[in-house]
Amino acid sequence: MSPKTLYDKIWDAHLVHEDEDGTALLYIDRHLVHEVTSPQAFEGLRLAGRAVRAPERTIAVPDHNVPTSADRAERIEDEQSRIQVEALDRNARDFGVTYYPVSDVRQGIVHIIGPEQGWTLPGMTVVCGDSHTSTHGAFGALAHGIGTSEVEHVLATQTLITRKSKNMKVEVTGQLPPGVTAKDITLSIIGKTGTAGGTGHVIEYCGEAIRSLSMEGRMTLCNMAIEGGARAGLIAPDETTFEYVKGRPHAPKGAQWEAAVAWWKTLRSDEDAHWDKVVTLDASEIVPVVTWGTSPEDVVPITGQVPDPESFADGKAEAARRALEYMGLAPGTPLSEIDIDTVFIGSCTNARIEDLRAAAEIVKGRRVKEGVRAMIVPGSGLVRAQAEEEGLADIFKEAGFDWRLAGCSMCLGMNPDQLSPGERCAATSNRNFEGRQGRGGRTHLMSPAMAAAAAVTGRLTDVRELS
Amino acid sequence: MKKFERLTAIAAPLPLINVDTDMIIPKQYLKTIKRTGLGVALFDEMRYDANGDEVPDFVLNKAPWRDAEILVTGANFGCGSSREHAPWALEDFGIRCVIAPSFADIFHNNCFKNGILPVVLPQAQVDALMKDAEQGGNARLTVDLEKQVVVGADGTEYPFEVDPFKKHCLLEGLDDIGLTLGRAKEIEAYEARVAAERPWV
Repeated sequence: MSPKTLYDKIWDAHLVHEDEDGTALLYIDRHLVHEVTSPQAFEGLRLAGRAVRAPERTIAVPDHNVPTSADRAERIEDEQSRIQVEALDRNARDFGVTYYPVSDVRQGIVHIIGPEQGWTLPGMTVVCGDSHTSTHGAFGALAHGIGTSEVEHVLATQTLITRKSKNMKVEVTGQLPPGVTAKDITLSIIGKTGTAGGTGHVIEYCGEAIRSLSMEGRMTLCNMAIEGGARAGLIAPDETTFEYVKGRPHAPKGAQWEAAVAWWKTLRSDEDAHWDKVVTLDASEIVPVVTWGTSPEDVVPITGQVPDPESFADGKAEAARRALEYMGLAPGTPLSEIDIDTVFIGSCTNARIEDLRAAAEIVKGRRVKEGVRAMIVPGSGLVRAQAEEEGLADIFKEAGFDWRLAGCSMCLGMNPDQLSPGERCAATSNRNFEGRQGRGGRTHLMSPAMAAAAAVTGRLTDVRELS
Repeated sequence: MKKFERLTAIAAPLPLINVDTDMIIPKQYLKTIKRTGLGVALFDEMRYDANGDEVPDFVLNKAPWRDAEILVTGANFGCGSSREHAPWALEDFGIRCVIAPSFADIFHNNCFKNGILPVVLPQAQVDALMKDAEQGGNARLTVDLEKQVVVGADGTEYPFEVDPFKKHCLLEGLDDIGLTLGRAKEIEAYEARVAAERPWV
């Protein structure tokens, strides 16, 4: 048998049919559904008189446009948002899928609650009408975003028509220096490969630095595989994975647990497997980074300066000029001299308990700089409850942070949490696109510890100065 | 789904790289529960100012290109969010074909589900077609899916590759859910096999 990558193995285990031209029908183990990209899909089923083929494999939760204020369970003020959430309430009920409504403490960002509830397991195929589905790759699951037409296809058939991507290996050797996190790894990789560097590929992250990451860190890393253009990101499951999964509500139990772990242990790339592309980074050279522009590839060390657009090749030079105009920045400005108005700690990238602990460690005993709006939006109701139990919420509140309810919130500003034109934000989310967090809003991406540092100083700050 | 066979039309030049789906249609338009009527929101933040008035310099606000049915643009078009509202907005505006050096994967897939043909051509060829597009109504392009060729304003032919299954579906306007349901027996057989091998799934 020819050597296989982890991706090859998961692919083979889910193949229902493959045509000679490579068009494949892939079985989907878990389908996650949220309110924004599903209403048209459920409507399509209704119009065609079709049922959901596997409601027990379908998990729905409203997250994108739910308010994060305390009064939200009574009523969502924005009419269109309310209609969308009510549509999901109705669709989940009518089609019999598992549902975590706004009022449920387990509600949260779909990519945070999937793993939290044990729905996401190694070796699975996971899809969702959301590009950050790549998050679940942290478990060694083949997970990626799909469009609404494909959501309808998966609801109706529990399969996806697709074709195999190429294999790409990203190896991060050695150990991370202090103050450097999974977010810095993922941004540094994108800074190196570009936002299209992974297009057409499934990335497997490996190497000592990856093995040393917690599950939370691995999820942060895989979350942004899509920002590198990849179809999906993967990390081979190991003891760290099994330990995280064990005992979760929907994880296997007893004899099934033993059988599952035995299979999961086979889910690793063979020694001499073929890679179409290989990228290597030395962890010891990775530093805390931030973005300066409007693409996640616009990454610089916090100790650096805003680059000169003329230093880039043709197409990118024009894009960089446009980005600097949008961001209101001049070339040569030291990053650490850029003042910020707002801090957003949240999103499917960085709103798990470990992220909140890292932020709290910086914030403890300090205050949010006067005039800075700082908010924490936990990734789920359970993360929120745990942070309250650990005393993190008190640290944030005493420092002047706004302590919100769970949701996608200001990552994409579909709910009332938005930036105003020209407002500059230190964000732990995943996209710094023009208008992403609000029309005219200016986003700098960074780790939770770096965002916490910015909240305290009121400017982009090297977290190593405070820790 | 609308068929796509052959199209001769005005092409709009949009010489930007990394055009993301937030640019193609921003978040406030994602609150709809319908697929239709999103053309008005296409490229919202580039097309309209803060008061909602048209930005006169934006290409789709200018005379010949208001009627464009082809878009010629830069690398990595459609990156970012998986929102199918992006091709819905393009289609509703009247764009049936996008020509670029590369596309983001999810957007590329989403186009085919909505009767839009994404054409990948080498940068130099896209540059040549960009020049044609800049001439507006005087330089219509032809895109022939059956023959897999784009014909420039001067008659130059640019052959392109396309996934055979996706080409078939687009030429015929096929609903692929119907096709897959025709394989229900294979799906059932797979489920039965896995239920025995990996019962925890």
